Amino acid sequence: MAVITAPGAIAVRTPRHHSQLWLAWRRYKRNKLAVTGAVVVLIFVVIGVIGPWVAPQNYAQANFLYANHAPSLRFPFGTDGLGHDMLSQVIWSFRNALEIAFGASLVSFLIGLALGLWAGLRGGLADMAVMRLVDFMFAFPNYFLSLFLVVAMGRSLLPILLAIAIPGWAGYARLVRGLVLGMRNGEMVEAARALGATQRHIARKYLLPNVTNSIFVAIAFGVPFDLLVMASLSLVGLGLRPPLPSFGNMIAQAGANVLGYPWLMYFPAAIFAVILLAFLFVADGLQEALDPKAGEGGRVPRSRRLLQIARGRSPAVGGARL
Amino acid sequence: MSDEPILKAEAVSKYFKVQGRTLRAVERVSFELGAGQTLGLVGESGSGKSTLGRVVLRLLEADEGKVVFQGQDLAKLSGRELRLRRRDMQIIFQDPLASLNPRMTVGAAIEDAMVVQKIGGSAAERRQRTRELLERVGLPVSAAEAYPFELSGGQQQRVGIARALSVGPKLVVCDEPISALDVSVQVQIIELLRELQKELGITYIFISHNLGVVQLLSDTVLVLYLGEVVERASAEGLFQRPAHPYTQALMRSVLKVPEAAEKRVPLVALPGEIPSPLSPPAGCPYHPRCPLAADRCRVEKPELRMVSDGHMAACHFAEEAAIGGVNGAAAFGASPELAASS
Repeated sequence: MAVITAPGAIAVRTPRHHSQLWLAWRRYKRNKLAVTGAVVVLIFVVIGVIGPWVAPQNYAQANFLYANHAPSLRFPFGTDGLGHDMLSQVIWSFRNALEIAFGASLVSFLIGLALGLWAGLRGGLADMAVMRLVDFMFAFPNYFLSLFLVVAMGRSLLPILLAIAIPGWAGYARLVRGLVLGMRNGEMVEAARALGATQRHIARKYLLPNVTNSIFVAIAFGVPFDLLVMASLSLVGLGLRPPLPSFGNMIAQAGANVLGYPWLMYFPAAIFAVILLAFLFVADGLQEALDPKAGEGGRVPRSRRLLQIARGRSPAVGGARL
Repeated sequence: MSDEPILKAEAVSKYFKVQGRTLRAVERVSFELGAGQTLGLVGESGSGKSTLGRVVLRLLEADEGKVVFQGQDLAKLSGRELRLRRRDMQIIFQDPLASLNPRMTVGAAIEDAMVVQKIGGSAAERRQRTRELLERVGLPVSAAEAYPFELSGGQQQRVGIARALSVGPKLVVCDEPISALDVSVQVQIIELLRELQKELGITYIFISHNLGVVQLLSDTVLVLYLGEVVERASAEGLFQRPAHPYTQALMRSVLKVPEAAEKRVPLVALPGEIPSPLSPPAGCPYHPRCPLAADRCRVEKPELRMVSDGHMAACHFAEEAAIGGVNGAAAFGASPELAASS
């Protein structure tokens, strides 16, 4: 006994203890692009919420006396061929984009979460069925499914939202299922079982807290992705039915007149691009902040990840295609 | 040491179905373990030692045979009774970080064990007990606020031990608790486990491929090969007179700290690889790698039999093997310090 003496107490090198949220915020803060993006997204959300009260005009109000005016003090973004004030159109578009992008992401996430949890926890036939359906969804071009759904359901707010949401669940389902599967047979769950924890306790205290971060990041990438789908539906004439304004509608219409009235293109397109980028920066920052370990092995550089998204592939939801 | 064994395994077998074929992970293993004693399980990777440890705790269901713990057949317990009984039997894992919830602080993890078992009184009392446990395993009280990843490997393993102890177990399965740790830390953890055993009278099943540690800690040792017990003996008997050629080969393959030249035993790697448990060889499972293998070994499977007092081996030539085996087994140990302290 004399030779080995176990040291009584060993110093733990964590003098300051912080909540995980605080640590995540500290990591997030380091990424200047992400902070900038967050500010832009915040502005976007605020305008989206209060927009209808601050817009100079109603989106539907046409004034033929002032058709096709160049930007001026009275019409800072100019007017279109029907005399719509473009500034008002842009502000109203914020609201529609906000509702559809967040709503669609939420709906696809909820579908994916339910199916993914079911598949991952049940296993066997349920898993098999869900995952083959996921394979089918990945093999099938989502965009065409969206088009079909729009044609079938119409072009007002809710149908468009669902048309974007319904094809998008597969990536979330696969993500959730994979996360659950990875932990279900792991030592953490085994240790909890060895302590005598019930299934419910394990799901609530061990599984759920460990999937929320990845899910949060996936949704953050999903929102700009859905914005892009929404706009691209407009480009083929199957977006929100005018006079409901949307970025896609404005850009599509401006495209026809880009030589005569270029400002119709400049403002909506530039603002839309800035919003998309801001969302991507935020999502990227969240990924680094919430999931710092996820990237260590075989991490895709940020520039490459953003490029993947720009090409219509979302790295966070398993390469879902546009 | 009481006469009534706290744990009894009777011909326990565990099979896995792998793509339609049957993998025999553990086959007809029997042993008895008295309270406060330590059973060592040794063998290469894939020999079924971890599976056996889990079957004993009914973390995996046995396919055949039964495990009797404190006079109770574990297989007969309902899910609820089993969960309650888990406060008496705990496990310490090889990778402490993987076994801890990354979203729970160390304190929360230990308290959760008591919450699950509905013991430890009020929340404040549980916190107090957590502090005591942390101090007992050699961690500062402030560690309760830390997340597992903020600690070193040795500290993480101390947390794993504290969590297992929090529910007051009688039996603890230590599944390679030191293999993932630095050598210097290994000694500290082993010392801690020994102290706890002495203090609390815990019974251990100690799973390891580190023969020196097993020799140091165990009263009885089971040597497993392809899920079967090939040798069973007291730790002393096993290391002085290993009777099975596999045990001898294991001992020769251990790296030792340099010692006096005359005592040096040549280091020999174990020839070949452990065969696939999906298609175990006919006859003796060890015969393809055994230097003593004769025709008889290829056909007839040796049963576990008594070769000397309390020393069992499953080898047709155990007597011959014991004579030609490793001499000077006293020199055998992970390091001189470990041997000296035993």
